Amino acid sequence: MEKPIIPVLKTHDLGISFGGLKAVDCFNIEIGQSELMGLIGPNGAGKTTVFNLLTGVYKPTEGSFYLNGGKMNGKNTHQIVAAGISRTFQNIRLFKKMTVIENVMVALNMYMSYSLVSSIFRLKKYFKQEEEAYAKAMELLKIVHLEEKSEVVAENLPYGQQRRLEIARALATGMKLLLLDEPAAGMNPTETEELLEIINVIRDKFKISVLLIEHDMNFVMKICERIQVIDYGVTIAEGTPEEIANNPKVIEAYLGKEEEEEGVVLC
Amino acid sequence: MSKKKKISYLINMAGILFVFLVLTAVFQSGVLGNRTEYIKGICTTACYTIIMVASLNLLVGFMGEFSLGHAGFMSVGAYASAIVTNVLYQYVIPDGALFIIALLVGGITAAIAGVLVGIPALRLRGDYLAIVTVAFAEIIRVAFCNFKITGSGRTMSGIAKLSTFNWCFWAMVICLTFMFMYTRSRFGRTVTAIREDYIAASASGINVTFYKVLNFAISAFFAGVGGAMYAHYMTAMIPTNFNFNYSAEMLTEVIIGGTGSLTGSIIGAAFLSSLPELMRQFANYRMLAYSVVLVLVMIFKPGGIFGKWEFSLTRLLSRIKKFFKTPPKKQKEEGGSIDGETNYSGTENA
Repeated sequence: MEKPIIPVLKTHDLGISFGGLKAVDCFNIEIGQSELMGLIGPNGAGKTTVFNLLTGVYKPTEGSFYLNGGKMNGKNTHQIVAAGISRTFQNIRLFKKMTVIENVMVALNMYMSYSLVSSIFRLKKYFKQEEEAYAKAMELLKIVHLEEKSEVVAENLPYGQQRRLEIARALATGMKLLLLDEPAAGMNPTETEELLEIINVIRDKFKISVLLIEHDMNFVMKICERIQVIDYGVTIAEGTPEEIANNPKVIEAYLGKEEEEEGVVLC
Repeated sequence: MSKKKKISYLINMAGILFVFLVLTAVFQSGVLGNRTEYIKGICTTACYTIIMVASLNLLVGFMGEFSLGHAGFMSVGAYASAIVTNVLYQYVIPDGALFIIALLVGGITAAIAGVLVGIPALRLRGDYLAIVTVAFAEIIRVAFCNFKITGSGRTMSGIAKLSTFNWCFWAMVICLTFMFMYTRSRFGRTVTAIREDYIAASASGINVTFYKVLNFAISAFFAGVGGAMYAHYMTAMIPTNFNFNYSAEMLTEVIIGGTGSLTGSIIGAAFLSSLPELMRQFANYRMLAYSVVLVLVMIFKPGGIFGKWEFSLTRLLSRIKKFFKTPPKKQKEEGGSIDGETNYSGTENA
């Protein structure tokens, strides 16, 4: 007998309103195992709000969402992270005054179980788990090519590396679904290229699904398998990159309605 | 790696023992003449002040939240331990054991108070939290002024004098070691992460409220231990001793010493608690000097004198070794070792 395939993430009419404003309305998305999905839309469309809903920063006022079939509604951020959704931020949020390796080790905290007593008396468990965490963190830094910078204070890293460190930190939580909020923003073409490669490596290695928000259309079209477009909190299109690029509704949302011009190519 | 650490622990132990022996030798030899007891008293005061200031630094420096009510936790510890030792004093218990019991009782009651205040208060941040902690300290003070068991507002006297210099010194060393170990573990790392960015911390799977309350409770625990030492040193106290000024004074010492540096707290507390004694004749100008120093530190070194820098005996020794091996040309290294020396004399001050 075949088992029904449970999507990694499934939302059911997810929505939130702030006062009278419906920031996100009837948002439905389904992400399969190790799928890479893009979420695009004009500024203020509600993309980041969707991320905030999925990570428990906001509590949805309507609908629900499921991770591997388990209901996640109303859980706190750290519970959702423990369940397997992890994210990066649009405006980088690192622990600025801590070193690179410490940044990653903070996210490994939930895999460490030594008690206060063993930390104060420096029992064996402390050394064992700290060493394990250190090794794990180094391994993750290698994936994002930061292993040589492990002792640098995070705020002293150049911009592109800070972005990569954020990804490494998100990876440390051992998630099943990674949410990337504009990972390529402000990056130069070489850095973007490197990022593309890293995302692919991560997907191969960890078999995770990725949902990413991005404004760089080249990037989105190149990497995403499917794309969902939202505008004013409502989904207006969903499909493969080619379908999206030629979808009149999408073009209208981005460029406004104009009858003369036809076939504006987005990518 | 862990072997290297063990050696450095041993070196540090030796360093502490050395400081202790030097101090004892000074007291025993009678170099100070009839002022020996007086100086010893100042050193004892410095011991519990150091614990208090370092515990406050766990909040202000490592968690980045201001608490203006640390004297409240201190008074909880002081009164609880005093009441318990008064009861236990009738039985024949060696002083040392009684002292340890007093410290534990003081610490644990203060930690419980910390949890009770922390759970509702730590939903707040910054200024709002500071106001709540002020309110807490005031409530405690007024409550202790009215409870019969704490002396109904009169001086509570006749507390057993258990805090001798030797005991206090070692209690301080143990407390500081615990605090240091705590900050250099997953707990300290997590709390620092929360200070840096609590949203990112929770997005990294950290239960922010839990770790905040834990840190608050630990800070309160050591404040309670400090309070217990205070009570058994002074042998008499009145709730108004633990007023807002006292909390503010401790906060000043944390900030001058360096937020996020336990070394800074040690030096700051040792210096500022002995200062008023040394400058008895200028007692009226003491607060003036305080404020001037605070303003100067804020202008020229906003992170405090030591910033986040921690003194390490192992590092100092290896630097000295290097210094003697390589011809003394580099100015940088000289600066480093001088730094270490001033630091070391500061520890002695404790």
